[in-house]
Amino acid sequence: MSNSSRNAMLAKIRTAISNGSRGDFHEAHTNAAYLSNDDENIAVRIDLFAHRVAEYKAWVGRCKADAIAQAIGERLMIRGKKRIVIPSDLPASWLPTGIDFIRDAQLDRAEVAGMDGVLSGAALGIAQTGTIVLDGGAFQGRRMISLLPDYHLCIIRAQDIVGMVPEAFTQLETARRNPIQPYTFISGPSATSDIELNRVEGVHGPRTLDVFIVG
Amino acid sequence: MKKPESVIIALAPRFEVGAKSALQNTQLRRNMGKATQTIRAKRAAVVEELSDWESLRVAGQHIKDEVLQHLDTYLVQLEDAITQAGGHVHWAKDAHEANEIVTRLIQATGAKEIIKVKSLTTDEIRLNEALELAGITAIETDLAELIIQLAHEKSSHILVPAIHKNRSEIRALFQKSMNLPELTDEPKELAAAARQYLREKFMTVRVATSGANFAIAETGSVCVVESEGNGRMCLTMPDVLISVMGIEKILPRWQDLGVFMQLLPRSSTGERMNPYTSIWTGVHADDGPQEFHLVLLDNGRSDVLADSVGRQTLHCIRCSACINVCPVYERTGGHAYGSVYPGPIGAILTPQLVGMAHADSLPYASSLCGACYDVCPVRINIPEVLVHLRGKVVAEKQAQPKSWFDGENIGMKAMATAFGHRSTYEFAQRAGQLAQWPFVHEGYIEHGPGPLGKWTAMRDFPAIPPQSFRDWWRERQRDE
Repeated sequence: MSNSSRNAMLAKIRTAISNGSRGDFHEAHTNAAYLSNDDENIAVRIDLFAHRVAEYKAWVGRCKADAIAQAIGERLMIRGKKRIVIPSDLPASWLPTGIDFIRDAQLDRAEVAGMDGVLSGAALGIAQTGTIVLDGGAFQGRRMISLLPDYHLCIIRAQDIVGMVPEAFTQLETARRNPIQPYTFISGPSATSDIELNRVEGVHGPRTLDVFIVG
Repeated sequence: MKKPESVIIALAPRFEVGAKSALQNTQLRRNMGKATQTIRAKRAAVVEELSDWESLRVAGQHIKDEVLQHLDTYLVQLEDAITQAGGHVHWAKDAHEANEIVTRLIQATGAKEIIKVKSLTTDEIRLNEALELAGITAIETDLAELIIQLAHEKSSHILVPAIHKNRSEIRALFQKSMNLPELTDEPKELAAAARQYLREKFMTVRVATSGANFAIAETGSVCVVESEGNGRMCLTMPDVLISVMGIEKILPRWQDLGVFMQLLPRSSTGERMNPYTSIWTGVHADDGPQEFHLVLLDNGRSDVLADSVGRQTLHCIRCSACINVCPVYERTGGHAYGSVYPGPIGAILTPQLVGMAHADSLPYASSLCGACYDVCPVRINIPEVLVHLRGKVVAEKQAQPKSWFDGENIGMKAMATAFGHRSTYEFAQRAGQLAQWPFVHEGYIEHGPGPLGKWTAMRDFPAIPPQSFRDWWRERQRDE
């Protein structure tokens, strides 16, 4: 059944393409000159990223590479989070003492949902839109662990922040693995605009998002 | 040729009838006015930020043009890429076939309950009703869809289906259906109630369905754009994921997302970026569903493709910017359109998908002001398509013998003759000057005779002045 539908659909589409073609209409707008990267220096870019992430009502901080563990410890203390799930490859040097970190070695969903929060790295950041991209690469883990807990502390390296959206897709394409990894773009905590079109933070994803920019 | 089943309009009255009763609902008009004005201002502010917005629109239009010009090639490329990545691709000519495929896939898992990411395409084919007949319950997980489902109502906006409801109406609904008598009308608390209500479903239901915002032909990647995290839940937690996508949603290259992920969030919710976007490619080992199906749906789209003026309708990325800016929609709300797709885009998409005969009042649900064209992120010339479709409505009417006796048709034909030549025009003008006197009141005709009466019921018709422009011009030249 499905093969005959496939062939019938493709045949109909091919006829429609030639019947409905408007010729000149297609050629007129080739190579639209939209911006594909910004010329800003890294300092301006990091500031913009921090500012834009914060506008989504996420908390943003900066720290030096040799002070990550201390920064994380202070932040988790302020938030009162004690049991934190981490990706299996997260470096031990990031982890402060006094907090219960549980490595994700195929934890089941109820265990992950029962955590106070998740601590992860990120693939890259987009300054223009205040977006964090996760691709399941280094220090990020499975999609489930950054989704079920109500709190997400995300660590992003300054050199991984790009200026604009098209740059992000170029970079992700360069870093593509085989088979292709799943991607999650995160811009602030989960939110809805479904009630009178006002943005309200906190529906199904983590309701609190903290971000450290390292470097 | 047989048209696809009329899955869009469910015995809806004509637009002018639906609009009339909507206009009398003052609560609705207040809710709609507030909501559309809020979202317009937000959109304008974030669009203003981008110096290359016009170039992005042109790029978006061009990419979509290219897709449609080579749609067969890109569909086959997408199918190959998804199959290689461990997914399955199904082809559905119409709503009936698509529903059959999805039902069969769910039945194979033995599931009696599925979770759903908000999807217009599954609304269009009325998947929930088809599943219900097969004894399968579909649980909507988007907040607004949940509101609509609990209230047993129909959507009135493609992005915010419950836009016609205000917070106190939502509170009353949740109090009753979730058994939460203490609930206040604070949006934050209402969202928390939905979080709690759906969490157990996300943790236990094994099958999910979704739509798709984009699919990339070269990689086989599928993309869902959302806000709440219900999308991430449905795309990550179940064992089986079934996505239904209109054939026109395809993009050729990965890089094209760099254009559309700027155009869509800013046009849609007026944000620089939506909170969550998920992109997956087939199945991923140890991460998310281990069985993935994509159903490619035609359901009238290839008929739209075959119309050189109407084709651009298939550029649509369902952002809803045209709906939010439309002065007609702002006043009537979405239900008057009687379609899953309301507003300007609905006025051109619906009649083309279901056939003119089923929706011939919709191309007239517009003042042709053109605001929709200005905001469209992929530059669909909606007024052009509206006029084109109006032409089709008239042509279909004129093809019927009873049109020979139709007052409007006779009048229009007489006008076409009168406007065709200078002498007949001037003669008609003079005849009109003489004949109009019983109806003129202070320079205007407020109650026209015969078929003109319908027109003047809503607006005044300026009377033909005693001296026409042509008379004045001739006189002026004589005087010189």
